Amino acid sequence: MTIRSSYFVKRIISSIVTIFVIISFLFFLFHLIPGNPILILYRNPALTQSQINVLYRQFGLNKPLWQQFFIYIGNTFTGNLGISFFYREPVSMVLFPALLNSLILLIPATFLAIILGILTGVLAAWHRGKKIDFVTLGSAMAFYSMPAFWLGSIFITIAISTKALPVSGMYQLGVYNQNILERMSDFLSHLILPLVTLTLVLYGQFTIVMRNSLIGVFSEDYIITARAKGANTRRLIWKHAYPNALLPMISIIGINLGIVVAGAVLTETVFSWPGIGFMVYQAIISRDYPLLQGAFLIISISVVVANLAADLLYGYLDPRVRLR
Amino acid sequence: MTKISDFWLEFRRNKAGVVGLVLILIFVFIAVLAPFISPYNPSTRNPNLFLSHPTLAHIFGTNEIGQDLFSLDMYGARIPLEVGLIAAAITVFLGLVIGLLSGYFGGVVDEVLMRITDFFIIIPVLIFMIIIAAFVGSSLINVILVIALLSWAPTARVVRSMVISLREWPFVEVAKANNAGSSYIIFRHIMPNVIPVVFGTAMLAVANSIFAQASLVFLGVGDVSDISWGSIMHFAFISGAVSVGDWWYIVPPGIFIILLILSFVMIGYSLEEIFNPRLRKV
Repeated sequence: MTIRSSYFVKRIISSIVTIFVIISFLFFLFHLIPGNPILILYRNPALTQSQINVLYRQFGLNKPLWQQFFIYIGNTFTGNLGISFFYREPVSMVLFPALLNSLILLIPATFLAIILGILTGVLAAWHRGKKIDFVTLGSAMAFYSMPAFWLGSIFITIAISTKALPVSGMYQLGVYNQNILERMSDFLSHLILPLVTLTLVLYGQFTIVMRNSLIGVFSEDYIITARAKGANTRRLIWKHAYPNALLPMISIIGINLGIVVAGAVLTETVFSWPGIGFMVYQAIISRDYPLLQGAFLIISISVVVANLAADLLYGYLDPRVRLR
Repeated sequence: MTKISDFWLEFRRNKAGVVGLVLILIFVFIAVLAPFISPYNPSTRNPNLFLSHPTLAHIFGTNEIGQDLFSLDMYGARIPLEVGLIAAAITVFLGLVIGLLSGYFGGVVDEVLMRITDFFIIIPVLIFMIIIAAFVGSSLINVILVIALLSWAPTARVVRSMVISLREWPFVEVAKANNAGSSYIIFRHIMPNVIPVVFGTAMLAVANSIFAQASLVFLGVGDVSDISWGSIMHFAFISGAVSVGDWWYIVPPGIFIILLILSFVMIGYSLEEIFNPRLRKV
């Protein structure tokens, strides 16, 4: 096996192990709590006796623990995540559209945050130690320290008093007979505030990484040589320094996926954006344990997979990583 | 002694670090003296003043059950500071121990510990905190433990990579040649060199813990009846104050929490700049 493919295979196997550990962790968390887990899970008075019987049979709750474990693993891999108390529907049916709604918000926000982070990072690094650096880095740190739910709430109070933009959900409720253009503009106007909130709380980390990594690159010999030869500033930054400073950015995207997820959960919650993070919030307030577990699994597995993708990309772009 | 005063000279030159330190001292002062300096008892309810706008008597207004928000915000400084410091202390301790063991012994120990560390670095921590707290119960002490047990991995990584390079230095080889035991070398030779850098990481750990606690309480995980900035913002949101545009309820606790987090982040970065020669100004 070549060195390159052995690195890739290793990363893929370790991701599969991670996913398996996450799934088992959930099972043991659920079965190790003191008291009868079945009572905790099925305490919900909304369920009828026949529904409870169905759940018992489906999850093998009257079988020994080790058999329950295998039934649980089998159920998880076939997408059977139980039935939501709140929605009275299979959890997977509730979460699949929610996952799509989350991605519609998350992917553009992450891209915008990366672009904003690169631009402000380059600006700060180039004017290092001057006022521009101070202001740029200061605001990046301020937004980085800002809880998404607070920033979102501020936007909501402003939007409510100015009646400028909708602040809740994906579409205006109770409106029918929209044509496709009206529906699109309705959707986009609902998207603006959550998107801006999420972008702002995410970009700061990229600014800081970009700035520090560029400052490191600026002290390399080839930059000093290029400067001494009189290369113009813009060319120097974007042609010579920037591509080399970009590598740490890719690795930080993979490592900081947890921050992205936390930001998304909080943003979706304040704007009632019907994504998977909002489902987590609803599951907490309505004690909907099956929904909470399902959302937890889907979010964790997505993060592991996205992290794997970032790592493979990094390994592809930087040969030193896969030779290590 | 000279080392500490050298460090202080270096630190004083770093404006961000000094501003952060002053802000933290102000918050500690407010938290400790809250019973003496707050204008009202935060649990006293004024039944005639629900969601009052800021007035001279209540400069931050009142909440939905008629309590003075200014006093609540003063008391609210206590839990973030407690959670931040305690959770970060446990986090850094775990990270330090695991990083030292992993880096010093290498081999199988390293392999096992680093696979575990990788796991904790990859997972989305907030979601893990939510589900564990939802299942094991969400008292303040549980929230602190959950935050600490899920946050040590980045520190362990940093410590391990430092130990691996320190392990090869001549002074460690000399100690080994003189038959020094592993624990002697780790505690007397390696740890003193790791500690300064860990301080920077510790500041960031405090910031992360404060952030995590506020987020958990805001989402309704954790004890919302304990007064903290997170719980004040939780009630600002669920009481509907935010959605009718009552900005004065949620603005102050948010600004305080941002300032506190920012202070620790600034100190963390200034320590990193002092100890990382590559970032030091030339």
